[in-house]
Formats: sequence, structure tokens, C-alpha cells
Amino acid sequence: MKIRFLLLLVACLYPATVPAAGGSGADLDHYEYTVKDIHSLQNGARLFVNYCLSCHSAQYMRYNRMASDLEIPEDLVQESMIFDDTKIGEPMTATLTREDGEEWFGVAPPDLSLIGKLRDPEWLYTYLRSFYIDDTTASGWNNTVFPNVAMPHVLWTLQGIQKPVYATEVDDRGHESRHVTGFELIREGSMSPEEFDHAMEDLTNFLYYMGEPARMVRIGWGMWTMLFLALFGVLAWFLKKEYWRDVH
Amino acid sequence: MKALIEWVDARFPLVNVAREHLTEYYAPKNFNFWYFFGSLALLVLVLQIVTGILLAMNYKPDADLAFASVEYIMRDVWGGWFVRYMHSTGASLFFVVIYLHMFRGLLYGSYRSPRELIWIIGMVIYLAMMATAFFGYLLPWGQMSYWGAQVIVNLFETLPVIGGPLSEWIRGDYVISDITLNRFYAFHYLVPFILAGLVFAHIVALHKVGSNNPDGIEIKKGPKGNRWSETAPKDGIPFHPYYSVKDLLGTVVFMAVFLGIVFFIPEMFGYFIEQPNYEPANPLKTPEHIAPVWYFTPYYAILRAIPSFAGTQVWGVLAMFVSIVLFFLLPWLDRSPVKSIRYKGPTTRLALALFVVTFLVLGWLGTQAPTTNLTIMSQFFTLVYMLFFLLFPCFSSAGQPLPLLAKGLLALSILTVVATIVYWWALWSGGPAAVYKIGYTVLSVLVLFLLGIRPLLRAEPVKPVPERLTK
Amino acid sequence: MTDENVDSGRRRLLTIATTGVGLAGAAGMAVPFAGSLLPSEKAKAAGAPVEVDISKLEPGQQLTVEWRGKPVWIIRRTQEALDLLGGMADRLVDPDSEGDQQPGYAQNPYRSIRDDILVLVGICTHLGCSPKYHPEIGGVSFDDDWKGGFLCACHGSKFDLAGRVFVGVPAPTNLEVPRHRYLNDSRILIGEDEEAA
Repeated sequence: MKIRFLLLLVACLYPATVPAAGGSGADLDHYEYTVKDIHSLQNGARLFVNYCLSCHSAQYMRYNRMASDLEIPEDLVQESMIFDDTKIGEPMTATLTREDGEEWFGVAPPDLSLIGKLRDPEWLYTYLRSFYIDDTTASGWNNTVFPNVAMPHVLWTLQGIQKPVYATEVDDRGHESRHVTGFELIREGSMSPEEFDHAMEDLTNFLYYMGEPARMVRIGWGMWTMLFLALFGVLAWFLKKEYWRDVH
Repeated sequence: MKALIEWVDARFPLVNVAREHLTEYYAPKNFNFWYFFGSLALLVLVLQIVTGILLAMNYKPDADLAFASVEYIMRDVWGGWFVRYMHSTGASLFFVVIYLHMFRGLLYGSYRSPRELIWIIGMVIYLAMMATAFFGYLLPWGQMSYWGAQVIVNLFETLPVIGGPLSEWIRGDYVISDITLNRFYAFHYLVPFILAGLVFAHIVALHKVGSNNPDGIEIKKGPKGNRWSETAPKDGIPFHPYYSVKDLLGTVVFMAVFLGIVFFIPEMFGYFIEQPNYEPANPLKTPEHIAPVWYFTPYYAILRAIPSFAGTQVWGVLAMFVSIVLFFLLPWLDRSPVKSIRYKGPTTRLALALFVVTFLVLGWLGTQAPTTNLTIMSQFFTLVYMLFFLLFPCFSSAGQPLPLLAKGLLALSILTVVATIVYWWALWSGGPAAVYKIGYTVLSVLVLFLLGIRPLLRAEPVKPVPERLTK
Repeated sequence: MTDENVDSGRRRLLTIATTGVGLAGAAGMAVPFAGSLLPSEKAKAAGAPVEVDISKLEPGQQLTVEWRGKPVWIIRRTQEALDLLGGMADRLVDPDSEGDQQPGYAQNPYRSIRDDILVLVGICTHLGCSPKYHPEIGGVSFDDDWKGGFLCACHGSKFDLAGRVFVGVPAPTNLEVPRHRYLNDSRILIGEDEEAA
């Protein structure tokens, strides 16, 4: 009986097999994503408002929420992170309109409030670092994680320009296929590759945070709740034992 | 205080109700782990209604606003994320608890006379839960919400003649739309209250006949007299305080699991909240892989397992409905002279174990994208699912002669197995490799033999049931 | 199985302790439930302080702005109106503004920071209608000796030009002065003052 119950539990706990939409087979790079590193989040926020927010909105994210969660003073946010007359209590909206976005890129740049929920952090981290130059696409850029993505490589001034390194494989039926195995930096950016990787870790951390700002407090609430329930459980156990002495 | 109670009591049977259902409701003293889930189900229902009402205060059932209003709850409403995660986790845990509660019924024969009606009301509750969950899943208006509802409403389209108009009637539109969302919201708010009424009936019926127990012994028919009452069953103890303190302990442990999920893994790796649902519904773009939420997947697997033939795919839908309806018939399918698994024969134990495995495997299959090999696997397990019910009279008969109906079900089982095997070998072009076909053919025949034919050839041994409860 | 085995003290203690902790737990869970009904971030953002330009406000003129969904009046009083305010005391319920209807910096004869500029929440303290501004002086239909002020048409409550309530009308207290501060000579911020800035 116990085993069957365990089986049932295992079924409920079986790790997700639901793949991310639009995912590709590319291997993802790993790093320790976190919302605990406040400096990383602050730097991520800075990169976000400077490089992403002109085209992508974060319509569910209010500036003042970010200010208090990320411990940035509100007047500093107003001064250095808001570039129009948006008020601190208002959400982050892009300068670019949907219509213009559709006209320029073919698709309107998606809202990024929930991108940290829709995509795994490691996907985002790898995606941001996997743009390469490709003259067959409309934007002149391509991406190994998200093939034929409409977005150009906005961060190229930081990363520099990457050229893909191909490998050719022949399968058992004799078909040749070419796929990207790595990148070669053909023009340096303002950051070294290590600096850029760190910057993208920060940006990804910020996107991960923005997907669910409640994450900042959720775990803490959970710890206190578990402590409380442990105490309650001990009491309830003794109470049950005490009463059931009548029965046994 | 005493005067107040007397005043109320002269007008409303307050003390009587408390006595009848708590302090003088004598429950068998040998309830085990499995008996927690009834009261836990009630707890989850209450939590769902409370969190649901709170969410309704901030949610907007409008296709343009729904998705944003959920994010509003998650971000802008103080404590909103907690209420929302309670509700989404509660929905899944409601099904976990109910599945365990139903399994308890299967283990100890709680559906047997005189508790048939309790079981049937319970099954209606289960259906009401499925309806509520289905309506509710559309409300966040994410990609999975939208496409899941699209697929399930289209099931009705497969019905001959009335299918098309029926599904349009359900949606109020030609596709899932704002109109559909609006009415689903109304139903999602309504059905839980019907459900609560059914729960009331479920408990009233239970307290009329008394609780079953792991020994399947009717304590009301046993000797009388215990330390609380001369006339109460000797093996009974008052629900309050004994089972109220025990259930309290169960509640604390359950809440630790519940809140643990809410605080630490609210999405449960995509099982409770599916990742594509963080993208707003887009009628022009289907997610790469659509799977219903886990509690529907066993039925979804059955639906997909049945191929369409004679120009219609209604058969899968029928099989899915049959697989649920069969549960209703259990009280009459079980012909064993004893109730509890403790005294039933080894074949019944095997059958039940097989059924649990089948249900879990079907549940897993329902989450997977279909491939040829998985499809034949689904077909095999669908067959086992059906055989469990159809052959129940055979393996539970313990040597008693089978009535005509049971013989008919046996014949139907043999026919179904033969038809399945013929389909695999002769009719399914481009099916899986022969090794799979051989394997599943052998297994199907084996299940048919073990559960249906062998118990008739050699009577199942049934252990003697003791006079009194064993613990 | 006899009652003598029961340690009733221990049982009582455990019952009380468990009940207490259980109630605390239920209360703890009710906090986010009840808290979800508080004004949300959206409501707070919509209720943020409002900045008003008063440079074009003529003496005697009234300007109405919306703050937190309520009308807020800004009136530049004439010197004549200000002079008349001093002689009103015997007709008023609370001439010295002792009631808690204004921030400390507006608890003065004119109920304002700058003498001439009156800032009031335009909601009658009786049942929440919005009174009408009557700057005229002399006999009016509702008062034989009117010195300028506000009349609530709903139930006839009267207030003077500092928002102080008259004796013998339904409204119990003076009109509320919202928190506000001057950003400069011509700009007022309604809803925020020096202390909270």
C-alpha cells in the first residue's frame, strides 16, 4: 500500500517534460541564476532599461516596485532610468509602438515582463550570448538558440561581432548537414568576453526576477511557515497521542 | 452562553446536529492513513472557495483584460501571488486528495452495499470537480488555457449530427473567444457551490449508514456498548475528539505539503502551471505541444489511444466517457463476499495493483507527444483499464456462479481483446515494429486470462473475516 | 481503558496550546487573504500626488482637480474675504480648527499655508456630496448674511471660506484640508507634504 502511494506521489512529482515553446535543440550554457545578488540585479536593471526597454515593454513591472525590490532610491530611478515623463509608480513601457515594431521587425517585440517565466534562465542566458552575423537574414543577424529570430543583436557594441564556426556531419544515409558548433569573435566589443558573460548573467537574473517579483519574498515566507507548521505538528501529534490513549 | 445555546436549540437542532455528526457519531476505531483524505478534500474545497472569491475580486473575465488581471493579482495586489498560488496549487491537490480518497474506496470496498449511493454521489462530485477545473483553466487566458479549452470543446464536435451545433452552443462562438471566457467564468463560479451541496449530501448519506473501515466490517451490526454509550457499537469511537484530533494532525502535515508547494515550487515543474501559459492566448499560434493538466491526462491518453474509423473519431470520445462511467458501476461489478482487500484473494490484489499502474502510466502517456510506440502502449493500457472493470465480476466472484450480465461482460472483454489484436496486426498500417505487437498481444491475452478466465477455472480463495475489528 | 489513566491537566494544556497555535496559524493565513483587499499598487499609483499650476488662478476663482478620485478645490481668496473670516466665530462649530480635519500647518485662522490660497477636499463631511462654491457676499437665498463660502445642496450644510462648518447644519465637522506643499510660488503638490516627501 505504501509503495503504491509512493508511486502515485512520484507520478505527481515527475519532472516536467513540457518543452519550452519555440525551443530548439541547441545545448544551453549553465550558470547559477539567482535573485539574491542585489548588485547583479541592479546592473541587470541598468542594462535592461538602456538596451531592451526602447523596443520591449515590461507592462506589468512598475518602476517603484523595481526600486524597492532592488534597493535603488526612487529619485535615482526617476533620474537615471526613466527617460521620458513616465511617473515612478507607472509600469515600464517601450518607446517603440507596437505598430512601428511590426513594421520594422515583422513582429512586434514581445513584452518582457514574463519572459523569465516563459523561458528558463539558462535559455535566456545562452540566447543573449548566441547572436552571430548572418547575411541571409533580414536583420543581418541570427541566433543558434532561436533560429531566424527577428531581433537584431542589440548588444553587439558590448559583445562585438561573432562569426559562426560550422561542422559538417554526414548521417548514415549519406546526407550532409551543417550546424554551428561555436563562435569566433571577428570584431571586439567594448567588453571582454568574460565581462560580457557577467553582464548577461546580470541581465538574465533581472529578467528572472521580473518574471515573478514575489520570488524575492516567497521563499522567506515559506521558511517561516514551515517552521510554524513543524511546531504545530509536534503539538498536534502529542494531542492526538494523548487522546488516543483512551482507545488503545 | 448556556442560555444562548438553549435559545437557539429551541429553534434549530444545534446540539442535536453536533451530537449526531461529531460527539456521538461513532466511527470505526481502526481508520488508517487512507481515511485522512475525506476531511482533507473538504478542507481543500473550503480553501478553493475562499481563495477563489478573493481572486474574483481582482480578476476580469474579458479576453482583453484577463491575462493582465492575473498578472495584476500576481504583482500589484498585496499578497495576491499567495492567494493565486494557493488557488492553482489547491486545484491540483484537490485532485491528488480525491484520487487517493477514491483509491481508499477501491481498497476497502467502500462502494459496496449499503454505500452505493455515497459512491455515486462521490462520482458526481468528481465530475463536478472536473467541470470546475476545466472552466477554471481557461480563465488565466494563457496559451495553454486557450488551446486546451479549444481541444476539449472540440471533443464534442466529434459527436454525430449534434456535434457541430453543440460545440458552438458551448462556446457561444465559432472558436474559443471572449464570449466563451465570460460564460466559463460564470460556470467556474457557480459549479463549486453545487459541488458543496453534493458534498453535504455525500456526508449526510455517509452518516446515515456509518463509515466503512479497513476490515470492511459493519460495526453497527456487531456487539453494542462502549465506554461512551451502552447502545453504540462496541468497535466505534466518537468522531470528536478522537478523529478530530487525528484529522488535525493530518491537516498539519497536508498543509506543510500544500504550502511547501505554494512557497517553493508553485509551478510544480510545469505540472500545476504550464510554462506556455505565461504567454497570452494567441488564436493564431498553437504551442508546440498541448497537454492538459496532469489530472486529466489519463483520460486524454484514452481519448488519443482509440483510432478513428468509419469516418468519425467519436470512438475515442466515447471510450473516454465510458472510462469514467465505469466507476459508477463498481458497486454492482464487485461480487466478492468480502469488502476489504485484506480478505480478498490474490487476483483482486493483482487487478487493483495493475489498475493503479495503468492509471499512472496513462497519466504519463497523456503528457507525452504521441509517437507510434507510445500509441500502442496507450492502446494496451486503455485495454487494461477497461478489462479491470469488465472482468471485476469474474475475479471477485470467489467461486460463486456468475450471473448472466457478468458472463456478458466476460464475452465483451474477450471480444475487445480480440478486436484490439486484430487491429494491431491486420488493420494498422504503418504501425509499430512486430516486436511491440508481439509483446502487447501476449500481455493482453495474459491480462485477460489472469483476471477473467483463471478465476473461473479455479475459485479465488477468500480469507475469513473476523467478528471484530482487528485493531 | 479507565478514566483514572487520563491526565486531565496535560490533556487540557495540550488542547489549549494546540487550539492557540491553530488559531494563530489560521490568522496568519488570513493576513494575506484580507491584505489582498488593500489598495493595490495600481490604486496607489493612480492615487499618487497631483501637481497643480496655480499661476493663472485669479483672486476669487476656484480650480477643481481630482486627487484619489475626489475633487480638490484650490481657491485664491480675495483680501476682503480673508478680512471677513475673523468675524465668523460665533456662527461656527469649530472656529479654531481644533478637530482633526487638517494637517498641523493648516491649523490657523485661514486654514491654509499661504493666506490667500485655500486647498480643500470638496466633499461634505455629512454624507459625501460635493458642496458648491458661493463667493458672493450679502443676502443670498439660503442665508440672509452670507460672507462667502460653500453650500451643500444635498442637505443644506454651510461652510465659510476657510471650509469651517456652520452651527445648526447637518455636517458635523469642518471640510478636510488635504496634505499639500508648495513646490514653488506657482506650483502645488496635492497629497504629499514636507514630512512625507
